[in-house]
Amino acid sequence: MQILKNRHLAGWLQAAPLTLILLGFLVLPIATIVIVSFWQATEFSIIPAFSFENYEFLFGSAVTGRVFLATFRYAFITWVFTLAIGFTVAYYLAFHIRSQSVQIALFLLCTIPFWTSNIIRMISWIPFLGRNGIANQTLISWGVVDQPVEWLLYSDFSVILAFVHLYTLFMVVPIFNTMMRIDRSLIEAAYDNGASGWQTLVHVILPLCKPGIMIGTIFVVTLVMGDFITVRFMSGSQRANVGRLISNDISLLQYPSAAATAVVLLCTVLITIAILLRFVDIRKEL
Amino acid sequence: MAKVGYTRRSVLRTGAAAAAASLAAPMVWSQESKNIVLRQFGTGVSNLNEVATKVKEDLGITLEMTALDSDAVTQRAATQPDSFDIADIEYWICKKVWPTGNLQAMDVSKIANYDKIVGIFKDGKLTPESEIAQGTAPHTVGFVEGQGSTKFADEQTNWMTLIPTIYNADTLGIRPDLIGRPISNWSELLNPEFKGKASLLDISSIGIMDMAMVCESMGEIQYGDKGNMTREEIDKTIAIFTEAKKNGQFRAFWKTFDESVNLMASGEVVIQSMWSPAITAVKSRGIPCVYQPLEEGYRSWGGGIGLSKSLTGMELDAAYDYINWYLSGWVGGFLMRQGYYSAVPETSKEFMTANEWGYWFEGKEATDVITSPFGDELAQAGETRDGGSFYDRMGSVACWNSVMDENQYMVRKWNEFIAS
Repeated sequence: MQILKNRHLAGWLQAAPLTLILLGFLVLPIATIVIVSFWQATEFSIIPAFSFENYEFLFGSAVTGRVFLATFRYAFITWVFTLAIGFTVAYYLAFHIRSQSVQIALFLLCTIPFWTSNIIRMISWIPFLGRNGIANQTLISWGVVDQPVEWLLYSDFSVILAFVHLYTLFMVVPIFNTMMRIDRSLIEAAYDNGASGWQTLVHVILPLCKPGIMIGTIFVVTLVMGDFITVRFMSGSQRANVGRLISNDISLLQYPSAAATAVVLLCTVLITIAILLRFVDIRKEL
Repeated sequence: MAKVGYTRRSVLRTGAAAAAASLAAPMVWSQESKNIVLRQFGTGVSNLNEVATKVKEDLGITLEMTALDSDAVTQRAATQPDSFDIADIEYWICKKVWPTGNLQAMDVSKIANYDKIVGIFKDGKLTPESEIAQGTAPHTVGFVEGQGSTKFADEQTNWMTLIPTIYNADTLGIRPDLIGRPISNWSELLNPEFKGKASLLDISSIGIMDMAMVCESMGEIQYGDKGNMTREEIDKTIAIFTEAKKNGQFRAFWKTFDESVNLMASGEVVIQSMWSPAITAVKSRGIPCVYQPLEEGYRSWGGGIGLSKSLTGMELDAAYDYINWYLSGWVGGFLMRQGYYSAVPETSKEFMTANEWGYWFEGKEATDVITSPFGDELAQAGETRDGGSFYDRMGSVACWNSVMDENQYMVRKWNEFIAS
């Protein structure tokens, strides 16, 4: 029993479960991916040899650059829209709804669509936006257009629409959370000092919401950058992002090549998040 | 335990010559063998629950089916040999997967209807005069030297890799109502007239073939072997299609059967690479759709059943019983009434009406309404099948689905094409 009283040992023991889990389920898989990314593959087998061939091909191909650029573009545009919508929704919920029960009810309402599958919510756009879909039929019957609008579906537009639809909640929740914790007396103080509504928003509420915005941003950016199925369905396989490169490689049994792309994507996302965290110290603000 | 199987098999062997129909009759089964479960996976094409229900009824074997897309099937057969007992794969997949040693060769002498299997799967010739098409023709990967061999034999041996089950000739599907003029060449897929209304399937090994058919039809490229292109040929082919893609020729690419049906039925696309049952599915919604025979011929494919290496003992015997049952006619009839062909058409005849046999196999005018096994009306009296009879269709195959020596290069190029 004496041995358990040892302070250092107890500390190690307490940290052990989490350490083991992280080692087993985070570090080990990533290490495996990194190792495999240096291997070679034929269609029949994977050859454990150390080679830079996968990376050479990846960085040598003009497509890689374009696809990474497209991935960033999707992430950025989606971020702008989810932030604008997410912030507005959270603001309305936090500051305009007075009754707490209504607040909770409306908040739950926001989450209801998320009880259904991601893919179903995405695919349901397809008949709506199609050439002979409801959107086009409505536009034509209103006389807005003569010909069906083609870019509604299987385009960057539909991809981003689906992303925004799928991921806005990930912005709403953390922003709403930080807004609810803003001390209302700060806002009153701003008013008392003669700040307009807009000034209060920009100089008081927005800075105080930064951690929430940042958490939401990390969610949205990582989700969009790692996605492949939305891009595949909503673009009719016409567009690509990095996730699709990886999934194509996997489906064609090119695991090492997929692993190399995954490693590069992982580094890219980590760098992006590191940059984002330079702006806000989440730990301090939480 | 094995004795049960042996007895059944000898029954089969003697009974085979007598009548194929007798095979379908229920046999006396021991309680033990009724518990046999075979795990089969394959493309959605032939992984049908009706087959599982019927085999349970006739043989007592429980068949657990998993349907996946071609890429996933290849992946699973190559990497997870213990996850299945029976692989229902295509011949080109076999060429990829066989060298992994995950499948075991089948003893031809245990296959009752072997002699009746269509020549395509044995010596490659539909009729003695037929020419062998380009690509991975089934007979080239249909046999190995012996059990355990990973090298394909040049001629028929006693060891078969896959027992052929189902095959068809593919071409472009069109919406005649939206096109309004005859289509007779593969090159029409890239005709600017159909800008934004064309589609191609996004399965590289098959898509590249459709591309090749198109490029050859346009007169842009002359291929040595469309089923085994050189790097230069691959580059040229992909370049032509990348150009078309950038010009907005394609509305979408599809990967699964349902996607192709929806693209066509919704009018998003008026011409695209398509599979026969997808045409049927579009038609059964009351939308006109034609599986257009083209001058350059068909791109054909064939599937078969392969046995997992880990299958032994009573399960292995049961698998042979299942294969013999598969070829004995009921499944063939079931598949042929959807527009596919059976490897042993003559046994299927007994499970089809004269009208159905005439329409599907002989290319004759339907004398009455043709319905699918699922009850959908597919054709009215007086209509004929797109492309005509079995010999017309399978006789003008230009190319078989295949896997190339430059497969890896092609895959990367394909990936670039999709990403471009």
